[in-house]
Amino acid sequence: MRLERRDSPAAALTLLAPLGAILAALLLMGLLIMLAGGDLLRAYGLILKGALGSRLGISETLTRATPLILTGLAAAVAFRARLWNIGAEGQFYMGALAVAAFGMIPAVASLPAPVAILLSLIAGAVAGMILLLVPLGLRLKFGVDEVVTSLLLNFVAVLFVSMMIDGAMKDPLAFGWPQSVPVPDNAVLPKLLSRSRLHAGLLIALAAALVIWWVQARTVFGLRARAAGLSPRAAAFAGVSLGRTLIGIACLSGGLAGLAGAIEVMGVKGYVTTDLSPSYGYSGIVIAMLANLNPLGVIGAALFSAVMFVGADSMSRAMGIPSYIADVTVALSLLCMLVALFLTQYRIRR
Amino acid sequence: MSILLDILGSVGLWEAVLRIATPLVFGTLGVLLCERAGVLNLGIEGIMTFGAMLGWLTVHGGGDLWLGMLAAAAGGALFGLLHGLMTVVLGLSQHVTGLGITLFASSFAYYVFRLAVPTSSSPPTVTPFAPWPVPGLSQIPFLGPVLFDQTPPTYLALVLVAVLGWVLFRTPLGLAIRMAGENPHALDAQGIDPIRLRIGAVMAGSALMGMGGAFLTLAAFNSFFPTMVQGRGWICVALVVFAVWRPGRALLGAGLFAFCDAFQLRLQTVVDGVPYQLFLMLPYVLSILALIVMARRARVPQALMQPYRRGER
Repeated sequence: MRLERRDSPAAALTLLAPLGAILAALLLMGLLIMLAGGDLLRAYGLILKGALGSRLGISETLTRATPLILTGLAAAVAFRARLWNIGAEGQFYMGALAVAAFGMIPAVASLPAPVAILLSLIAGAVAGMILLLVPLGLRLKFGVDEVVTSLLLNFVAVLFVSMMIDGAMKDPLAFGWPQSVPVPDNAVLPKLLSRSRLHAGLLIALAAALVIWWVQARTVFGLRARAAGLSPRAAAFAGVSLGRTLIGIACLSGGLAGLAGAIEVMGVKGYVTTDLSPSYGYSGIVIAMLANLNPLGVIGAALFSAVMFVGADSMSRAMGIPSYIADVTVALSLLCMLVALFLTQYRIRR
Repeated sequence: MSILLDILGSVGLWEAVLRIATPLVFGTLGVLLCERAGVLNLGIEGIMTFGAMLGWLTVHGGGDLWLGMLAAAAGGALFGLLHGLMTVVLGLSQHVTGLGITLFASSFAYYVFRLAVPTSSSPPTVTPFAPWPVPGLSQIPFLGPVLFDQTPPTYLALVLVAVLGWVLFRTPLGLAIRMAGENPHALDAQGIDPIRLRIGAVMAGSALMGMGGAFLTLAAFNSFFPTMVQGRGWICVALVVFAVWRPGRALLGAGLFAFCDAFQLRLQTVVDGVPYQLFLMLPYVLSILALIVMARRARVPQALMQPYRRGER
């Protein structure tokens, strides 16, 4: 048996790859549920019902998908240009913290709501950008691989947030809990649906996906970024400045992750804590890969992850199976997707 | 100033250095072995978490402490096999596969832990490794307690540094491993299959990572809790660069690093007015600094991250 490279990736298979990967991950999840002694069909049913079977379930799934779309885009944009941004988790927290800090400026409270919201979103995005420009700067200036540095900065960022919300930005009315002062009322995102947590951030995330798709498919910058990812030397030969392109990509990627943090604070929680993100940043990597780095595909992949997380929570309450099953399944879907993508590029010959 | 000298002169500080360094030594040797064979293994963070859980669970279930270490090594090797199959046989992206292994191994560890120990307010504990003073040597003033009053896995880690150094640079097997990382085509021409060799190296390296994780639950602490690895795996990846891919220097790097960590822990208790989070940031910032210092000087294995396929260049 040997592997033979296809002349060009099979288009139909590429579209089917994510579905195959998700199916395989769900089957493997079934094994784990059986390991726990649970009734398989009942578990699948409860996950679907919990995530999509009620008004509350659907609104929670969409709320959960919102930051995941943005962190998924952050990873997709960067990976396409071979910028290994594994620091979306830290960028998420810096974006969240920036929104809270911006809200502490006294003049902000008197701004009209749309202006306050817009400026808060910008503050969050800029904070995320800055955190990613550090590892990129180290790569461009000293040749330090950005994978490890952006990973390590995640821990620094969370500790920084912990320091601020236990110090200068601590809410004096929070009975001593380390949490930031709340975002002012005029910077809170409007609700999309009454009696739910679903907020306008979803529309921002969807718009971001469309904009990124357009930038990648239709602009010179998008072409340069793709060229830089496919073959840096050929791109440089064609006159693409690698450094400048990567800085642009880093601003976009870090900005999206920062935006995710900003929106989560402005739409859901209202203040910053160190448990704001159930590893949205790392899930973003899975989502980007499941989407095959396609910005519109990110929406679907984020919805899949959100269904798993929300559904597994309610299944876990009903069946006593640890809700970590959702994290396992999402991680497995990444590994399955990598194998599925391989099969679109190679065929197995006897 | 006198406070600093007091800390530096205390036996407690120096005793802690080897203890803190031990999981880093295991992990760094593991990464080093994988990378010498040409494979980046970002699965380390998850493999350490899984090793920590499996080692603890084995002992909690009535197993011997060494059986716990062995189980962690075996669990690590299995994840190494998965990583090897995906990156070496299929030639998939080593970055993304490694991250996927980390996400999978750590969430799987939490899942199994929660199955075995349904929610309880305080995590159950095991009796960890006790320090084993080396007869005679541990009586030496100052050096005795610092170097020769450690737990057995720490001695094992020190022995492994020497063993790995010897294997890599003094045996035909080591030469083959290094060739797999520098020029797998040449290795193939010698009649040795680079694919099998790489998978073997990744499995062995991952077993070391698993043992590093188990040290946390079976010697440094006595219980398992989620997120307990706290980026130690990523720090090991940075330490390998700092060590220029040499086991002896890996020990030095881990020791330096552990010294800073032990020092900041003691500084925290005597310095007022500085937020403790700044001290906790120190290990991560140090790792980044180490990478910057070494980046230009690093001599990376030439075929690192390049999948090998016979007949393809």
